Order: sequence, then C-alpha cells, then structure tokens
Amino acid sequence: MSWWKPSDVGFAVRSELANLGHGARLFFRLLFQGARSLRRFGLVRDQIHFLGNYSLAIIGVSGLFVGFVLGLQGYYTLQRYGSSDALGLLVALSLVRELGPVIAALLFAGRAGTSLTAEIGLMKAGEQLSAMEMMAVDPVQRILAPRFWAGVITMPLLAAVFSAVGVGGGYVVGVLMLGVDAGSFWGQMQGGVDVWRDVGNGVLKSIVFGFTVTFVALLQGFEAQPTPEGVSRATTRTVVVASLAVLGLDFLLTTMMFSI
Amino acid sequence: MDPVSPHIVAFREVVFGYGTRAILDGVSFEVPRGKVTALMGASGGGKTTVLRLIGGQLRAQRGQVLLDGQDVGLMKSDALYAARRRMGMLFQFGALFTDMSVFDNVAFPLREHTRLSEPLIRDIVLMKLDAVGLRGARDLMPSEVSGGMARRVALARAIALDPELVMYDEPFAGLDPISLGTAARLIRRLNDTLGLTSIVVSHDLDETFRIADHVIVLANGKVAAQGSPGDVRESVDPLVHQFVNALPEGPVHFHYPGVSVEEDFGLAEGGQR
Repeated sequence: MSWWKPSDVGFAVRSELANLGHGARLFFRLLFQGARSLRRFGLVRDQIHFLGNYSLAIIGVSGLFVGFVLGLQGYYTLQRYGSSDALGLLVALSLVRELGPVIAALLFAGRAGTSLTAEIGLMKAGEQLSAMEMMAVDPVQRILAPRFWAGVITMPLLAAVFSAVGVGGGYVVGVLMLGVDAGSFWGQMQGGVDVWRDVGNGVLKSIVFGFTVTFVALLQGFEAQPTPEGVSRATTRTVVVASLAVLGLDFLLTTMMFSI
Repeated sequence: MDPVSPHIVAFREVVFGYGTRAILDGVSFEVPRGKVTALMGASGGGKTTVLRLIGGQLRAQRGQVLLDGQDVGLMKSDALYAARRRMGMLFQFGALFTDMSVFDNVAFPLREHTRLSEPLIRDIVLMKLDAVGLRGARDLMPSEVSGGMARRVALARAIALDPELVMYDEPFAGLDPISLGTAARLIRRLNDTLGLTSIVVSHDLDETFRIADHVIVLANGKVAAQGSPGDVRESVDPLVHQFVNALPEGPVHFHYPGVSVEEDFGLAEGGQR
C-alpha cells in the first residue's frame, strides 16, 4: 500500500467502506431481526448468565477499590475546604454519572467482550457457523443475537452493581476509617443525587455502552480471519476499539446530558 | 421443478474464482439422483467450492448451479434456507458444536426446525446415532471423541432431518484404516437404505472408487473426466491418468510455478556466483 498511488488509495477507501457497510448491516440485523431472538428468551437468559455472572467478581472487586480510592481522595480534597460532609455526594455522583458506567464498560470489554470475540471467531474457524448455515439455521439469529441482547441487558446491571459496591467502598473509607459523619454521608447523597438527571443518565450511558461493547465484540469475532492469528488479532481489536469507543461516547454523552 | 429428473444437481458452465484466480472455469456436470457421486481432483482444485456452491454459501460468478432445476444462485434467503433443509453436509473435521454433547449436536437441527416433543426427539436422535454406531456415545462432549467418531456424529447430525442430498467434504482425511473402511461402508449403506443422493469429495482413490457409482474428476478448473469408476480408470487423458495412478510427474507438476533453479541460485551465467 502506497499513499501516492491513486489506485491503492482507492482500494483502501473502498475496502474501508465495505467494512463499514458490513458492520452497519450486521448492526441493523442484530437490532431488528435479532429482536426475534428475545422470543426464545432461554437463549438470551443463558448468555446473561454467562456474560453477567462471570463478570460479577471483577466488577465487584473493582467497584470496591474505586470506591475506596474515591473516599480517600475525596476526603483529603474536601477536608481542605471544610466540606468533608459532602463526601457521600461526591462519591455517589462520581460513580453514578461517570465511573460506574465507564469503568464497568471497560471491564466488560476486557472480560466478556474478549470471550465473545474469541468464541465467535473460533466457531467460525471450526466451521461451526458454516455448518449451522448449511443446516438452514441463521448464525446471526441463533448465535449472535442472543449474545447481543444479553450484553445490552447485562451492561446496565453490572454498572449498577459497580456503583453500589463503590458507594459501599466510599462509606467504609470515609465513615468507618476516616470518621466522616454517617448521617451527613448518606443525607448529602440522598439530597444531592437526582434520580432522573444523575441515575437515569448514568443508566442510559451504560445501555449505550452495552450496545457498543457487545456489538464491537461480536463484529470482530464474526469478521475475524478463521485462523489462530486472526482470532487473536480480533480479540485484541475488541479491547482497543471497544475501550476507545466507550471513552469517546462517554465524552459525547456527558456533553449532551450534563451541559445544560 | 421436475421431481422425476434423473439429476438432483446440475452445473452449467459455472465460473467461480477468488480475485484473479479462477477456481472453476466453465464447469458442467450432473449428479445422478440416488447414486453416490465422487468428486475428485488435486488439492485446491475447487472440490469444496463445488459443495459450497450447491449449498448456496458461495454464488457462481457465471453459469448456473441447479438444484432440482432451480438456480441456487438466484434463490432469495427464504428459498435458500428451504433448499438447505433438503441437504445435509458433513464438514471435513465434523464442525460439531463444541459446547454441546453428542446428543445435543444431533438434536440441534430437530430442535431448530421442528416442534417435536423431547421424547420423540430423543428417539430420533438415538436412531440416527445407532445408524452411525455411536448410540452409546450420546453423553460425550466433542472434545472426548476421536476424529473418526466426530465425523460419524456429524454424519448423524447431517441426516437428522432426513435430507435428500448429503455432501461429504473429505470424509476420509486423516482416518486410520479401520475408521476409513467404516466411514466408506457407512456412506454407501446410508445412501442405499435411506434413498439418498451422496456427493463425496475425496482424495482416497481406492476407497472412493469402491463405493462410488459415478466419478467426476476436476482439474485446472474444468471437468477432466466423468463416468463410472471403471470409465475413469480407463481414461486416456494424461491428467486423469496421472491422478488415478498417483504419478508424481505429468501434466500436474511437482514444483509450484516460479523462476528457474538456475536463476534462483545464480547459476544462469556460466555457473559462477
């Protein structure tokens, strides 16, 4: 590929457009045709168990440590201005608005996204998807769609767990270890966190991240070269693309949600 | 559609290639109904491509692939899926679903395409597994069965919906002599007892010639020979002669095309480097 040869540039642009087209087509198939898979909820339920339950440990532990650190850093900063009573509010807002959805999505990409990509990629390499097609079963509906919807459903739940455990972590450090008043911790939080504006927008963010991360993981697996090297590349790309997409989308969503 | 047509599949001047490389270059042949047809030829000669064209996983760039008189290449998705329900395909390494047991693998097409009760599905699955001699292996996972057994499970899965046409992609590759003989006899027996049409892609001359009624040899993107195993053995075509007698040299060369040895080793100018 050389940038000064118009034919090469044209080929590269055409290939990228074709990839984009494949991706968009798959996304709409998952969205509209794949919604049919919700009728066979057993398939989606199994995937929710696989993606959600097995991610719980890493989400819980990470949430706890993020909560600890938020409690610690928040306390030292607020104490300078004599407002350490607002620690609960700071911890809760940070988690519910930003850290919960974003870190949970990044961890989800690393834990569940990679396993989805590798699973689909290996099924492709082992001709399992071809075999399914030859049995007149559409692999997009039977394999990809249940995983897609399971990811979309699981992501907000994991983000909620992350935030809840994080608030608990902030409480342990702030109240139990550093001596912030428990009444102020919870009272400020209750008064300052708005259900729709803060919690609602956080949930909305995590739903968008659920769509993004799961779709990226499935697309990478589905389009992977059916070789060990191809699957390994696809798995790496899932983490890179999904993480960057989550961070980019987070900025966009925050701008729209909290600027007015 | 002509239900009494003697040919279940017919290729008419089919052209297919990847990029500038032509795999099939004007291929025409017929697959007789109710017979075992062997599709032979050198590696990379387009045999698996033929199976994928019949299954509609690939579309011919030119020409027609007819299944019971209907062009597979023109079928819309629904018609294609309906056509695939009449076919079974055995992939080279079985392509079993690794997260399901042997039983669930065979039950998969039944559960997807029928509304049969679980007790009935159980009976059908056990009958199919019995036909391939693996009724006792129903609870094993694919990782626990040998390569030959995996292919037999895949065969039971391929015939689960009682297809009219079963395609075998290299069913004998990498099998020990016992498994190989078993697989070959199984293909023949299933074809005759279930009234199927079978297409077998294979390199194993002896075993394939023993079970086939009709042989098609593909070479250089064309049909080099077709007819009964006896006719193909007797063929005077140099390429078919080389293939049938497994000769190292002939129209198909041992060396991949490239620059000459002299040029590569710098011996072209007087033998000095």
